[in-house]
Amino acid sequence: MTPGRRLLHAFLLAAALCLAGGQARAAELVADLSNHLVAITTGFAGTDVLLFGAVEQPGEVVVIVRGPNVPIRMHRKSRIAGIWMNTATMSFDSAPSFYAVNASAPLDKVARPAVRERHAMGLENLDIPLPRAKASPNIAQEWRDALVRAKARKGHYARAVGSVTFLGARLFRSNVFFPANVPTGSYTVEVYLLREGQVVSAQTTPLIVSKVGVEAELFDFAYEYSATYGAVAILIALVAGWLAHTLFRKA
Amino acid sequence: MQIYLPIAELSLDVFLLLGLGGLIGFLSGVFGVGGGFLMTPLLIFIGVPPPVAVATQANNVVASSISGVLGHFRRGNVDVKMGIVLLVGGLIGSTAGVSLFKLLRDLGQIDLVINLSYVLFLGVIGLLMTWEGIRALVRRRRHTPRRKLHQHTWVHGWPLKMRFRKSRLYISALLPLGLGFAIGVLSAIMGVGGGFILVPAMIYLLGMPTAVVIGTSLFQIIFVAANVTLLQAIQNQTVDIVLALLLLLGGVIGAQYGSRVASRLPGDTLRILLGVIVLVTCGRLLFELVSVPVDLYSIGVTK
Repeated sequence: MTPGRRLLHAFLLAAALCLAGGQARAAELVADLSNHLVAITTGFAGTDVLLFGAVEQPGEVVVIVRGPNVPIRMHRKSRIAGIWMNTATMSFDSAPSFYAVNASAPLDKVARPAVRERHAMGLENLDIPLPRAKASPNIAQEWRDALVRAKARKGHYARAVGSVTFLGARLFRSNVFFPANVPTGSYTVEVYLLREGQVVSAQTTPLIVSKVGVEAELFDFAYEYSATYGAVAILIALVAGWLAHTLFRKA
Repeated sequence: MQIYLPIAELSLDVFLLLGLGGLIGFLSGVFGVGGGFLMTPLLIFIGVPPPVAVATQANNVVASSISGVLGHFRRGNVDVKMGIVLLVGGLIGSTAGVSLFKLLRDLGQIDLVINLSYVLFLGVIGLLMTWEGIRALVRRRRHTPRRKLHQHTWVHGWPLKMRFRKSRLYISALLPLGLGFAIGVLSAIMGVGGGFILVPAMIYLLGMPTAVVIGTSLFQIIFVAANVTLLQAIQNQTVDIVLALLLLLGGVIGAQYGSRVASRLPGDTLRILLGVIVLVTCGRLLFELVSVPVDLYSIGVTK
């Protein structure tokens, strides 16, 4: 999302809140996460984060989890001499590295098309700026769809809309799953309260996905002091080889 | 038990990795080969990105070569002078290879080149091994005539002649230099020591005596693989220490059992067996190249 777009977003959100302000008191919607840090540790194999909250008056709830925007390069294969190889490339300047939507009812019942589009609810409304056209718009659209498919295969974009369950009329909860290969960075969790297809209240909560402990140190080490890292790797191999040799001799 | 690999950026089962290291270690113990040419494809099969598989395997080649060369040094089976000439070629070749690797990665073609190289080399080697094994089985008892020390061919007319006492050779230095260079490029792109090509080339192309070939090739492979590891770490950040450690641990244990089993099995049967394993791996890689992909589109590496 570009800064301008983000500002517009915030503005629209504020406007929606003001319009609903007539009957809304200070906290129409409250939500929080069970955990604000997804820590990728040595044993990390994916994790669930619980989002819970309450609404003043009944309505529908939509939760959108977004990873930081990153540039993404896509390749397309074609068959040359019987072998499939990458023959075309397209670069996207910015696309969410992670994206998942949970809702208390099907999105088309919860929000009007314009609302869904404005708040990027659902994969089809995801704001991935199309690459500066090298070809016709429908070819650019093909690349965009391919990106969504590829991210979904990796588990980075949730294919289906997850559930938000109400416990009674006011309390709700929702699970968000982060797979083992989850991209790192600052995430945002947007919670929307909707009535009659319009947003009446919204809240944004930050979430950090980060490698911690040994994993984080090794990763930073590999990227910041790559020569030393390589030397350490060789040293480990030398010692292991020497150990193996002495073990063999005794055996 | 899952373990998160910090550079490969995925979680894999610890026992799967230990087992894989053990299996390849076992095979290399049985057959007396480095095993890198089997490990890299297997890592790719279980989901490790090819660039990480290649660079990490290069690091493991350092370990297996050092443990091998120490024994050969004690028995005096290393031609250090020949090794150094090969090594100079190897260092230049592997440096060029890593840069080529980076270029191909930026172009989005590295996976293809890695796969194609493996299909080509595994196919040729698997066929040769199986064929040799079958032939040897058939004429096991036939007496073979003694070969000449070495034959003179056109390469003996090349300039820059050098004397290699241990190998009893007087040949052009360009020959081992060029060979070292070629193996170096291969080592960088495929993450292998290259012993499976270097050894026959040293025997048939350079005409070195068989006794010193293995030790000398291991000697030069240590330095070339170390150079590949270092440059891959610097240029591509693709060496995964956690992955390397698990594979090493499994490999050390596996190799120990492998060499015990090897003494109880007939050599020709072993060779056919290895040949078949190599051919199956090759077939699997080839299938992936020619079958219609799940999706024509895929995510590449961001520059």
